[in-house]
Formats: sequence, C-alpha cells, structure tokens
Amino acid sequence: MSSLRNVSNWLDERLEWDDLIAPLRKKTVPLHRLSYWYFLGGITLFLFVIQVLTGILLLLYYRPGANEAFESVQYIMTRVRFGWLIRSIHSWSANLMIFTAFAHMFSVLFLKAYRKPRELTWVSGVILLFLVMGFGFSGYLLPWNTLAFFATKVGTEITGQVPLIGKPLMIFLRGGEEVTGATLTRFFGFHVAVLPGIATLLIFLHLLLVQRLGMSIPQKLEVQWTANPSAKQEMKFFPNFLLRELMAWYAALAVLGALAAVFPWNLGVKADPFVSAPAGIKPEWYFLFMFQTLKLIPSKVWFIDGEVLGVLAFGLVGLLWLLLPFFESDQPSRPKRWITGLAVFALVYIVGMSVYGYLAN
Amino acid sequence: MAILRTKLRPFGAARYVGLVGFVVLAACLGYGQTTNSCLDCHSALPDPLGVTQEKFSQDIHAQKGLTCASCHGGDPTSDDPDKAMSRKAGWKGKIDHKQIPQLCGSCHSDPAYIRQFNPSLRTDQLGQYRTSVHGKRFAAGDTKVAVCTDCHSVHDLRAPSDPRSTVNPVNVADTCARCHADANYMKGYPIPTDQFAKYTTSVHYQALAVRGDLSAPTCTTCHGNHGAAPPGVDKVQNVCSNCHAFQAQMYEKSTHKKAFDAASLPGCVVCHSNHGISHPTDAKLGTGPDAVCMQCHTPGDRCDQARAGLQSGLSQLNEAIKNADQILRVAESSGMEVSEARLGQDQARDSLTKARVTIHSFRTDLVDQDIQAGLKIAAKNLQAGKEAMSERNYRRFGLGIALIAIGMVLAGLRLYIKKIERP
Repeated sequence: MSSLRNVSNWLDERLEWDDLIAPLRKKTVPLHRLSYWYFLGGITLFLFVIQVLTGILLLLYYRPGANEAFESVQYIMTRVRFGWLIRSIHSWSANLMIFTAFAHMFSVLFLKAYRKPRELTWVSGVILLFLVMGFGFSGYLLPWNTLAFFATKVGTEITGQVPLIGKPLMIFLRGGEEVTGATLTRFFGFHVAVLPGIATLLIFLHLLLVQRLGMSIPQKLEVQWTANPSAKQEMKFFPNFLLRELMAWYAALAVLGALAAVFPWNLGVKADPFVSAPAGIKPEWYFLFMFQTLKLIPSKVWFIDGEVLGVLAFGLVGLLWLLLPFFESDQPSRPKRWITGLAVFALVYIVGMSVYGYLAN
Repeated sequence: MAILRTKLRPFGAARYVGLVGFVVLAACLGYGQTTNSCLDCHSALPDPLGVTQEKFSQDIHAQKGLTCASCHGGDPTSDDPDKAMSRKAGWKGKIDHKQIPQLCGSCHSDPAYIRQFNPSLRTDQLGQYRTSVHGKRFAAGDTKVAVCTDCHSVHDLRAPSDPRSTVNPVNVADTCARCHADANYMKGYPIPTDQFAKYTTSVHYQALAVRGDLSAPTCTTCHGNHGAAPPGVDKVQNVCSNCHAFQAQMYEKSTHKKAFDAASLPGCVVCHSNHGISHPTDAKLGTGPDAVCMQCHTPGDRCDQARAGLQSGLSQLNEAIKNADQILRVAESSGMEVSEARLGQDQARDSLTKARVTIHSFRTDLVDQDIQAGLKIAAKNLQAGKEAMSERNYRRFGLGIALIAIGMVLAGLRLYIKKIERP
C-alpha cells in the first residue's frame, strides 16, 4: 500500500492529481429505493469498453473483403488462441450493450430523468442509442455469412424507401446497386472508424453532462426533498457508488463469459450472392419490431406506398422521441402523464412486436 | 350503296365517321372467325370424331400453322360440308392406322420441310421406327403394335418438352404401360406385362417421378424410342454404361465379364435385375435375402471369402463415417466450429461411394485402397470432433474457474463496501 501511495504522491506532485479527482470525491448519488437503475448507464459504458477492446483484438486478424472476411473470422474462431472467446464476447457484448442501452433509456423515461435541465443528456443518449444500433447493423455484415448478407440486403433496401434521398442513400451505403464486397468494405469503415469516432465524442459529452448536472431523482422524491431537505439521502460517488458499479461490471463480465463459453457465437455459412435468400429471413432482434411493423402495413395505404409510409413514420417517431424532453413540464409537481403513457405504450409495442416477429413465419 | 350515299349526304362529315365505324365493326365481327370449317362441325361431334378448337389449339402442329387439311386433306375454307370433304379437294377422311407412320414420315422425314419449323429436330424417326420391334411387326401386318399417334397422341400432340406431353420423360412409362402393362392386350406376345409394375418399385422411377430428376432413365432411355427394342443380353452393359460409366469400366476388365459372357448372362442385370432395379445396398454382398453373390458362389470358397472381406471393409468405413458424424454433430450443436471437419466428411463419403463403384472390378486390392483412404479421412475427422469436444470441456472448466474468481472479487468488494460504510 505504501508503494501505491508513493505513486499517488509522485503523480500528485506533478499533475496535482488530487485536484483532478476532487470533483469525483465531492460528487454524490441520491439514495432511494430506485437507485439501482443508475447502474444501467455504467453497465452500458462498461460493455462499450469491452467492445472497443475486443474489437481491437479482432482487428489484428480480421480482413475485410468478400473473398477473405468469412475465412478470416473462421480462422479467428478455430486457429487463433482464444480467438473464439474474443469474437464470442464481442458479439454477445454487442447484443447485451444494445439491451442495456434500451433498458437505460426506458429507466430514464419512467423516472422522468430527462426533464429540465437534462434535455441535452437525453438527446445525446438517444443519438448514442441510434449509433449503437448502427454499430449492430454494420457489424452484423462483417463475418460475410449468408444471414448477414441477406439481412443487409433487406435492411439497405428499406433505407432505399426513404423519399427523395432513399435511393442515393442506399447506393452510398452499398457502394453500388447491390450488396457486394464494396458494401462490406464500407460497413467495415463505418464500424471501426466513423461510428466509434462519433460515439466516443458523444459518450464524453453525455458523461460530462451527467457529471455537470448530477443524478436526477424521481419527481415525487424531488418534491418531498425540496420541502424537507433533511430527508435527503445520498451516497458518495467515490468510492461507495463506484465500488457498487464495479460489482455490477463484474457481474456483467460473468454473464458475458458464461454466454461466450456455453453459447459461442455461430459463424454460419459463407455468403453466396448467387443463391436465393433463406426462407423466413429476419433481422437481429433489436430491429425486429420495426421489421415486423413494416411487414404488417398494407402495400398501399390510400395512395402512399405502405413501406414508404412505414419508413417515414419511424423517422418521424424517432425525431419526436429525440425531442421528447421539450414536451415535458418544467414543474416537478405537474408532470405530463401522457408521456408516461406513451413510454408504457412504446415499451409494450417494442416487446410485443419483437416477440410477434420472432414467432411469425 | 348509292342509296346509302344519298341518304347520308346531308350529314356531311358524320357520314365518313359512320362509314369508318361500319368498317371497324365489320372487321371486329369478322375477327376470330376461323377459316378452319372442320372444327366448326367437329367441335360439336362426339368422340371419336369430336375435336374442339381448345383441344386442337394445344397441338404443336396447330401452333406451327398446320390445319386439319394438312393431314386429312379437303377444303377447310368452305362452309359447305360436301365441298369441304370432297375427294376432289383431296379429302382423305379418317387416316387408316396402317397409313399413319408413312403420313407422319411424309413431313418428319423431310429435312428441308422440318428445317422451316425446327432446324434441330431429327428426321430419322420413320427410319428408326422400321428397325424397332413395333416397326418390324407393323411391316409384317400386325396392326396392334404402336404407331406414331399411339404414343404421341393426336389432335392435342404436344412437344416432348411439355410436361403434359405423353412422351415427356415423366410420362413415357405411363404411355408405354398403356399397352405393355395390359395383359389382355398383350396376349399372344411372348413378353411379360409386369415391367411397369416392377419399374415403379425401382430406384430409377423414384429418381424420375418422385425426385423429378429428368436425367433418370425411363423406358425409352434403355430401349430407345422410335427404334424401341430390347437391348440384347450381350449389350446390356453398354446401355447401363451410358450413365454408370465408372462401374462399366470396372466391370469390363473384371473376371465376371468373361464368365458372364461365356455363360451368356446379361451383365449388370444378373446382380441388379432390369426393370425393378432397387437401390443397391451393401447387403447385396452379404448372405441375407438381398444377397446376390451367393446365388452363384459356394459358401466358404475363395470368392465367398473375398465377398466377406469386401462387405466387412465397406461396413467398417460406413461405421467410421457415422461415428465421426455423430461427434461432429454434438460438437457443432455445442457451438464449436467444426465446419472444416464436416467438409472432410464429404471426402470420406466420396471414398465410400468410390469403393462401392470399385466393387464392380471384383478386385479386393482396389476396393481396399478406397476403403483405407476413407478410413483415414474419417479417423482424422473423428479426431477433430474429439478435440472440439475436449476444447468445449476445457472452455467450460475455464468458465467455472473464472466464475469462481469473479464471485470471490464480488464477495471481497461487498465486504470492503460494508467495512468503509460501517458507522
């Protein structure tokens, strides 16, 4: 311990270390019966870090290109020492990260943590969720297997339905009219350079806002604690909350390890653009609710093409979702109940449609 | 017309519009009216004289522009039955059964004429027919034998490539069976009538009719079509070798070939039969009900020993492939990547197939080479499966250790938190 203190002193002498971590020492976390929801953001961040680390390791062997991608992933899975573990953790962690990001968003929504002054935290968070889904979409194609190939084909086709910019956008994403090796190279670029760059900046902004504005507390409690400040209960962020967060990270690591060891991520069969799509092809689970909705919309609604209408509707809903905090009341005592109702509906809709899509033929 | 013109004069331009309308209406009413007056009557007649427009329009000849008169003569443009069916106009009436091959051949044996419709269509059908059993009997005055229309049908004759054609590969056996499976009709001919019944139990029928494999043989594949005849005892292997080339090459050099020829035995048919060829299994080499070797050989002789060795080798390789398949399947369902070994299993299966083909050489040393090659591949794949399973167990053991370590850290953290939060 003394050597650790010596290092700390050495750093403090040169960098004024204590001043740097002083805000963390001062930072507190409200303590109430719903405090455990605060862990979700941290777990999502932890999984993002896992993604970056395992992604870098995969980059050592992965080769983008229609003739090499599948074989290189196969090599990682069979020949590279612990390659199977790294790839499986990367894939499972990606899915868990999207799940925790969704859970984090809904916890923020139900606890109304997006209210003034945290509107920008919400906006940056929702954009991060979209980016995380973009990571999922672009990363899914990289092993260049049959399912990924056709899922990308269907996914980019849906993009092509956006009026005016749809077709050029689809060609931009695919690198041509069809899904080819050019698409794979592009998606690789988005996945390892463009998206991580934007995501890292937004994560810093998101964390900065959380740090600056502190943790939100439920509205009822806010009213009570404002009326009676002595009832307020808090926990030090450092080290008390951080140690608990660390426990959550360890638990997440255990789940990840178990999933990767017992259910290694399947590689599938190499993509062949000349064979027909497998029957009943579906996207990854986090796109399933949108996919199923598009399938249920009639081909023509009045004079508008059903798929175009669906894509436009999802675009509009996404935009309104992003701007949701700006519809909320500034008064904690008079919350907008319809937003809670909308959140319940959205949750039921997403879960219901996903299950329906999973079970549907 | 003069009266009409006078009456329409006051209407000026409208008159021209009216005249144009009249012409168009007349043209419309006239459109679709057939110039083939034969069908006007015959479509209303009962069988065998009845031929409807719908039926005849399906006929390849009608589609190529030929009419009833092309075969039957007469004047189809006349609505008067006496003129349409006058001998003066070349009307032949019902074509006599005896005249059918010659009538069909008058066009189908004329390359210059046929070239106008389909340059790649053969024109030797009549010549071939004359060499067939049907043709020879026909020439000898047997009117029961098949002529062109018996197989190809008439008035709704379709191209053989049309799945509805009576001579499309999937329908040929049924067409032949109409006569050859009819014991009453075939009375007086010294051939059996169970060929079709046997054929429907064969591996060839399964491939053609059930799996839809158009390359699988039907009656005409072995017997020929226009020149249909039995292949002849000493030529059977030539027929089979058209598809089973490797087996034929092996058989050609074998001791059995000489022995069968000397005994005038029909090659392939001795072991595999002809119409009712079942899917060959390794049991043919055995001593059970499906066994064929012991029908000629004596138990315990040199050949019987060789047979037992071959059967045991094939069964050993089959077993080795199954074992490797099983372990690879379990490893794959446990999420292990064994696609390379799974692919290798195809090579082992190829060796088994090759060994089964090499059996036709009746040489144990050659068959053994293929079996050993297959066993080597299957052993390698089995080893890959075992390694995958032990890797799976190693992973699960590692997971257990990691979970214990994580559990200990979690417990330590919990205790530390309690310690620092103790009031």
